[in-house]
Amino acid sequence: MIEIKNLTKNYGQIKAVKNLNFTVEKGEILGFLGPNGAGKSTTMNIITGYIPSTEGTVKVCGYDIMENPREVKKRIGYLPENPPLYLDMTVIDYLSFVADLKMVPKKVKKSQIKDVMELVKITDHRNRLVKNLSKGYRQRVGLAQALIGNPEVLILDEPTIGLDPKQIIEIRKLIKALGKHHTVILSSHILPEVSAVCERVVIINKGEIAAVDTPENLSKNFGAASRLSVSIAGPRNSVVGHIREIYGVKYVEPAAEKEKEVTSYIVESDKDVDIRRPLFFAMAKAGYPILELRPVSMSLEEIFLQIVTEEKEVG
Amino acid sequence: MSAIFWKEVKSYFYSPIAYILIGLFILLTSIFFWPRLIYRSADFNGVLGTMGFILLFIVPVLTMRILAEDRKNGTEVLLITSPVNLTGIVLGKYLASLFVFLVMTAITFIYPIILIAFGAPFTTQLVGGYAGFILLGASFISVGVFASSLTENQVVAVVISFVSLLIMWITDYISGLAGGFVSKVLNWFSLLSRYEDFNKGILGLSPVVYYISFVSVFIFLTVRVIEKRRWSQG
Repeated sequence: MIEIKNLTKNYGQIKAVKNLNFTVEKGEILGFLGPNGAGKSTTMNIITGYIPSTEGTVKVCGYDIMENPREVKKRIGYLPENPPLYLDMTVIDYLSFVADLKMVPKKVKKSQIKDVMELVKITDHRNRLVKNLSKGYRQRVGLAQALIGNPEVLILDEPTIGLDPKQIIEIRKLIKALGKHHTVILSSHILPEVSAVCERVVIINKGEIAAVDTPENLSKNFGAASRLSVSIAGPRNSVVGHIREIYGVKYVEPAAEKEKEVTSYIVESDKDVDIRRPLFFAMAKAGYPILELRPVSMSLEEIFLQIVTEEKEVG
Repeated sequence: MSAIFWKEVKSYFYSPIAYILIGLFILLTSIFFWPRLIYRSADFNGVLGTMGFILLFIVPVLTMRILAEDRKNGTEVLLITSPVNLTGIVLGKYLASLFVFLVMTAITFIYPIILIAFGAPFTTQLVGGYAGFILLGASFISVGVFASSLTENQVVAVVISFVSLLIMWITDYISGLAGGFVSKVLNWFSLLSRYEDFNKGILGLSPVVYYISFVSVFIFLTVRVIEKRRWSQG
C-alpha cells in the first residue's frame, strides 16, 4: 500500500531524514514514534507530497509521489501537526470547500460531509466559525477534513495533541475504527497512544529507523535482558549472594521489603536464558521459600528510552 | 481550481475587505468624476486615467493576503496536498482577486452611463479606455499576487507590491526623461504606454497580447516561488 525506499531529506547541511525504508500494508495502523525533532513530520510531509524528498521514493497504491502526485494525493487524507483550518469559515463551509478541493462528486458531497461530521461528532457545531471552536474541536474538524473524499490512506500527525483525556480516548477509538477501512499512519511522541492504537510501530530517532515491530514484540524482545520480579523470604544479603551464583544472572537488586523477612528483588538475566527453574532450585536448596515470581516485561516507555539513549551513546 | 476561486471570492465578500476597498475606490473615482458634471465635460477617459492611478493603492491591499495568509496559517499544506496542481491554485486565487476588481470596475460604468444619458456620445475611445483599464488592473493584480507569494507577512506584501507598481508607473516618466534608445526600451516594457493607446481609442491586438503575457509571466513566477520554497524548506 505504502512503500518507502531510501528516503532522505536534507535541509541544507542538516539531515532531517536519513535513508528511511519501510512499508505499510493495506488496512494496517502503523505507529510512527519518536522524540520531538526526530523527522516524523518531515517524513509525513514527504509522503503526502507537501515537500519533495532529497532522495528515495515513496509509492502509495503503486503510484510514485514524484511522478504521479495527483493520483497519490487523491488517495491520501492528511492531518498535519497544525490542522490546516480557515478560521473565518464555518465548519460546514470549510468542509464543503475541502470536498470541492478533493473533487468529491456533487451527488455524494452533502451526504459525505454529513457522515464525516457525525463520525467525528461535530454535527452540533456545523454552523460555528472555526475560530470560535476550542482546540479539541478544531482538531476534530482537522480530522474531518482528512476523512473527506474517503481516502484509502490516512496520515495523521499527532492527532491527539492538545486534547483532554476524554477526547483522547474518543479519538483513539475513532482511529481504531477507521483502521478497519483505511490504511493509517499515525505519528506520536506519546507511547501509550501508540501501543493502544497501532498494530505495528516504527521507532524513529534522529531521522533514522531505530526499530520496527509490533508493540508486544518490542516489549518482549527488545530489552537486552529479561527480567523477573521475585519475592523471597530470607535474609537479604544471603539471598542476593545465592542468586548471583546462578548461571546467566546479570544483575540483582532488592526492590522493597514487603513483610518481615520478605523482600522483593528485581533479577535481570541474559535474554535467552530462563533462570526461573535454577532460581527455584537454588532457593529451595538454601531454604528460602519463593513467595512470588513473575516476569517483568519492559514497557514501551523503557524500550523507547533505551533505544533513544543507546543511539545517543553510539553517536 | 474553481473550488479555490469560489472560496476566495466568498472570503473577500464575507470579510469587510472587499466592501472597504470597493467603497474607497468608488469614493475616490466619484471625487474625480463630479467636476465633469459641473463643467459639463463629456470626456470620461481622463477619469479612467486617474482610476488607473488609484489602482496603485487599491491593488496591493486587495492581493496582500491571497497567498501570504495561507502560508502564515498553515493552510498551504491543505492546498498543496490536495489533488490540484500549483498553477491551478495560483490561478484560482488570481481570478478571485480579478473578480473583485471587475465588480469594482462594473460599478463605475454608472459614470459614463450618466454622461451618455445627458447626451454625451458613446465612443470607441470609451470602450478602449475601459478595456485598457481592465487589462492594466489585471496586470497590477498579477504583480500583487506575486508579491503575496514572497512573504507570509501581509504588510510586507503590500509594501513590495506597492513599490513594484510604483516603479512600473514611473517607468513612463523616466523613459520620457531619458530619450533615445533607453526610452524606447523602457517604453516597450511600460504597462502605461500601451494603456495610453487604449485611452486614445486605438484597439489593437498586440497590446492585449502584451498584457496577457505580462500576467502569465507573473503567475508563472508565483508558481516558481512556491515550488522553490517547497524544495528548500519544510
